[in-house]
Amino acid sequence: MPKTYTPPRLTLPVGDRDHSEGAPDASMVLVEYGDYQCPYCGAAYPVVKRIEKELGSDLRFVFRNFPLTNSHPQAEWAAETAEAASAQGKFWPMHDFLYENQRFMGDAAYFTVYETKLKLDVTRIGQEVAQRAYSARIQEDFMSGVRSGVNGTPTFFINGIRYDGAPEFGSMVSALKVASKTPRRRART
Amino acid sequence: MPRAEATKPPILKAGAKAPDFTLKSTPDQSVSLRDFLGRPVVLAFYPADWSPVCTDQLGLYAQVMSEFKKFNAEVLGISVDGIWSHLAFSNDRKLNFPLLSDFEPKGAVSKMYGAFEAAVGESARALFVIDKKGVIRWSYLSPDGVNPGADGILSALEDLG
Repeated sequence: MPKTYTPPRLTLPVGDRDHSEGAPDASMVLVEYGDYQCPYCGAAYPVVKRIEKELGSDLRFVFRNFPLTNSHPQAEWAAETAEAASAQGKFWPMHDFLYENQRFMGDAAYFTVYETKLKLDVTRIGQEVAQRAYSARIQEDFMSGVRSGVNGTPTFFINGIRYDGAPEFGSMVSALKVASKTPRRRART
Repeated sequence: MPRAEATKPPILKAGAKAPDFTLKSTPDQSVSLRDFLGRPVVLAFYPADWSPVCTDQLGLYAQVMSEFKKFNAEVLGISVDGIWSHLAFSNDRKLNFPLLSDFEPKGAVSKMYGAFEAAVGESARALFVIDKKGVIRWSYLSPDGVNPGADGILSALEDLG
C-alpha cells in the first residue's frame, strides 16, 4: 500500500447557495465550516478578516454552518439568527457581529439592538429563529461538511481541498497562494 | 486515507466475522453484539472519556445520529473507562448512543478486535462497520489524536446496500 495522504475534498461545490464575500471568479477560494459559539472559530475570525484584507479581490470567502449543538447550546440559535438576517440581505454584518460578540451569545435582547441598528425587521427575525425557519439549510451545510471530512470547527477548505494546517495568518496565506498557482488538483504526498 | 503506522495493532479487517462480546452499558445493564443481528452496527473504539479529541469525535456522532439511523444502524462507543465515568461523560456531552465499558478484564474486547494499545493500556481509535449478519465490512484505525470523523462510517453504511 503506498504511503500517501490525500486530504478530503469539498463534496458540495461552492455555488449560488453559499454566503460568499469577495470576487466570484477569484483564484483563491476559502471555505470555512464554523460554529458561532466555538471559541476556536472566534479565534479564527480575525485571522480570516486579515486574510481577506491581505488578498483583496484575489480571494473569495465562503462561510457554511457547522453548529455542534451538544457542546454549544447557543450555536444553533446563532446560526438561525445569521440566516434570518441573511433573508433580509444582512448575512455578513450579522455573521461578523456574532463573532465579535461571542460572549453575549444567546442574549436575544443584546442582538435585537444591533438588528434595529441594521434596520432589520426584528419581529420577523424573532419568529424565524423561534420556528427554526432555516434548519434545513443549516443541516445541509452541516451534512456537506460531515461528508467532506469536517470533524470539528473551524475547518477550512482552500480551492476545494481541506486545509489541515494551523488556522494562522501566515500559513493560510501561503497555502492560498500555492493553491492559486495550482490549477489542477495535486495530491499531497 | 492515512495508513496505520507499523507499530499500531493490526485491527480486524473487512470480511472477518465480528467477535461477539457482552459489556456493561450502565451499572446494571449489559449489551451484547449479537443483540443487534439483523441491523448494521458501528463500533467506535476510543482511548478515553473526557480527552478533547474523543469529545469532538463522539459529539459529532451524536449529532450525525439521524443520518446513522437512516441505515437503521446502532452506534456503540467502547473504551476501557469504568461505567461511572462513561455515565458522567455521556451526560455531560449529551451523547445519544451507548458507551460500553471494556474495563474488566481490561481491554479484552478491544484486544479481540486488534484495537488495544498495550503500551498505554487504552483502546485504539478504531472504527468498525458490521453488517446485519455480523460480518465486518469496513474498519479503520485512526492516527493518534486525529478525529476520524463520520464520513468513512457513512460511506461504509451506504456500501452495505
